[in-house]
Order: sequence, then structure tokens, then C-alpha cells
Amino acid sequence: MRKKACGIVVVSHIPELAAGVARLLGEAAKDVSITYAGGTDEGKVGTSFEKISAAIAENEADDLFGFYDLGSAKMNLEMAIETSDKNIRLMDTAFVESAYTAAALIQADADVEAVLAQLDPLKVK
Amino acid sequence: MLTVDTAVDWLKTFAAQVEEQKAYLSDLDSAIGDGDHGSNMARGTKAMAEKLEEGGFKTVQDVFKTAAMALLSKIGGASGPLYGSALIAMAKQAGETETDVAGIVKAGLAGIQKRGKAEQGEKTMVDVWIPVCEALDSGNLSKEVIQSAVARTKDMKATKGRASYLGERSVGHLDPGAVSSGYLFEALLKGGVLHA
Repeated sequence: MRKKACGIVVVSHIPELAAGVARLLGEAAKDVSITYAGGTDEGKVGTSFEKISAAIAENEADDLFGFYDLGSAKMNLEMAIETSDKNIRLMDTAFVESAYTAAALIQADADVEAVLAQLDPLKVK
Repeated sequence: MLTVDTAVDWLKTFAAQVEEQKAYLSDLDSAIGDGDHGSNMARGTKAMAEKLEEGGFKTVQDVFKTAAMALLSKIGGASGPLYGSALIAMAKQAGETETDVAGIVKAGLAGIQKRGKAEQGEKTMVDVWIPVCEALDSGNLSKEVIQSAVARTKDMKATKGRASYLGERSVGHLDPGAVSSGYLFEALLKGGVLHA
């Protein structure tokens, strides 16, 4: 089946954490394109502009929600967003809860406004 | 004077200084952060120096842009996007005019603040960039200006960046990003950028 128009990018300091959150989301959203970037280029703790840019490019959707764990992940994600042609919403919301909520809503064909409204109370950073 | 050659020299001198001091930078970061500032910076500036070595630059803007992308992709951590944003902004400003060094460095500071949202006195690299910009404006940037700006971060309490999690415990330690920024501006003094 064709993927939904909205996708999700997950960014974490830890490769396993990024992959784990993406896997969790996949349980609720089998038709949503979910890509992730975790750790530095060497797989150490941190984030990588290049990995994040690749995760954005690989995502099948052009309309994306971006979720991240901690501060410096946000800065790298911001820079990747600024250098991408895709339309990406950077979410300052509780990492796991909000990404899961967005995934489930997109799977249920909720529109972008509905997703944003649902995530608004989950803003924590 | 700021030219392709003096800009390349400036950044290569910075890279050499970071490489020489990487253990010290990581030690500073171990006290109030995650202990990787030296190795991260050295990885980024080494990649930057290699790119600059390839040459073929037509404008100062090209030099800064190339440096920015190397630092952004290779430093990792919070410093990658911060130094990357600084140099991207400097490249943009150098595209307007290559002669106004103060204006270019000021654009770099604005790039850092846009990305990291830090203000003066929060124990970050911004606490070096701001006094350096002021000194460049009045034409009296010196080693003393840079070093005293770096030294002042010691008594500050961190309210931005990783060290802010430590609150009062951050007092008494130099900020590692301020120290590495100090190296950038000491390298600026050493080269031919500020001389006729």
C-alpha cells in the first residue's frame, strides 16, 4: 500500500534509541514512512548533521514531523531542515509520547493541523 | 587584509591550535560537560584543514562556506552546528563585502546566537565573540582582550548549554567553547587578516 503523505523523522543522541523509537512508532503506523538518525558519524553518543540530512532525504514523504531527544540534536536537526527542500516541522515535544501520537494520528489519516493540535500540550522543551 | 589566502591561513592556524590543545579542551569539558570538546573540535578542524588544503577558492565566501560544511559535518555535538552556523553566516556576509572583517565576525556571532539562543553572561562561546566584535569595531583586538574574555567565563554560572545542568557547580571552570573560540581569534591576530 502507498505510504501516507506525512512522514516522521526521529533523531536521538544514541543509535539504538533512535532505532528503538522508530520501531515503536512502526507498531502503530505501518503505512507511515519513518526514518531515523542516531549517534555521530562514528556511532558514538551525539548527533550528526549528515545522518539527519540522510534520514530526511530517505523518507518517502515530503511533509515531515521531526522529533529529537536533547538540545544539540535540535541544532543539528534545525540545520538539516534549513538545507532540505522538504517541509519539516520541528517538534519541541516529549520525544517518545509525541512521536508515537503523531504516528498513530497520521496512520488514521488525521491532517497536519489535527496532529499539531494534539501534540501542543506535549510541548516540553 | 581579508583575502582568500589570509582567510585560509587564519583557519589553518586555528586548526593547528585546536589539534595542539585538544587534550586540554577535553579536560575542561570533562569538568562541566561530557568531555569530548577537544576530540570533537580536532576532528572537525582537521577535516576543515584538509578541505582548505585542496585550494581552488575564488572568494573568501568560498573559503568560509567550505570550512562551515566541514565543521558542521565533522565536529558533532553542539559545537558542530554552532561553529557551522557562525561560518555559514560569515560566508554570507563575506559575499556582501570582503573588506569589513568586524562586520563578518559580527555576522558569525549573530549566526551562533540564532542557533544556540545564548546571551552574554551565560558562560558560552558568545562571551568571547561579543567582546571580540566590540574590539574589532574599535580596531583594538589584542591577545589580552581575547584572553580576558575567555578568563571571565570561569566565574560565570552556566545557564545555557550542557553545563547549565550543573548550575552553581559550573562556577570556577572555564567554558570549553569559549576557550576554543579564543583560539579562533588568536589565530586571527597571528595571520595577515588584520594587517594592511
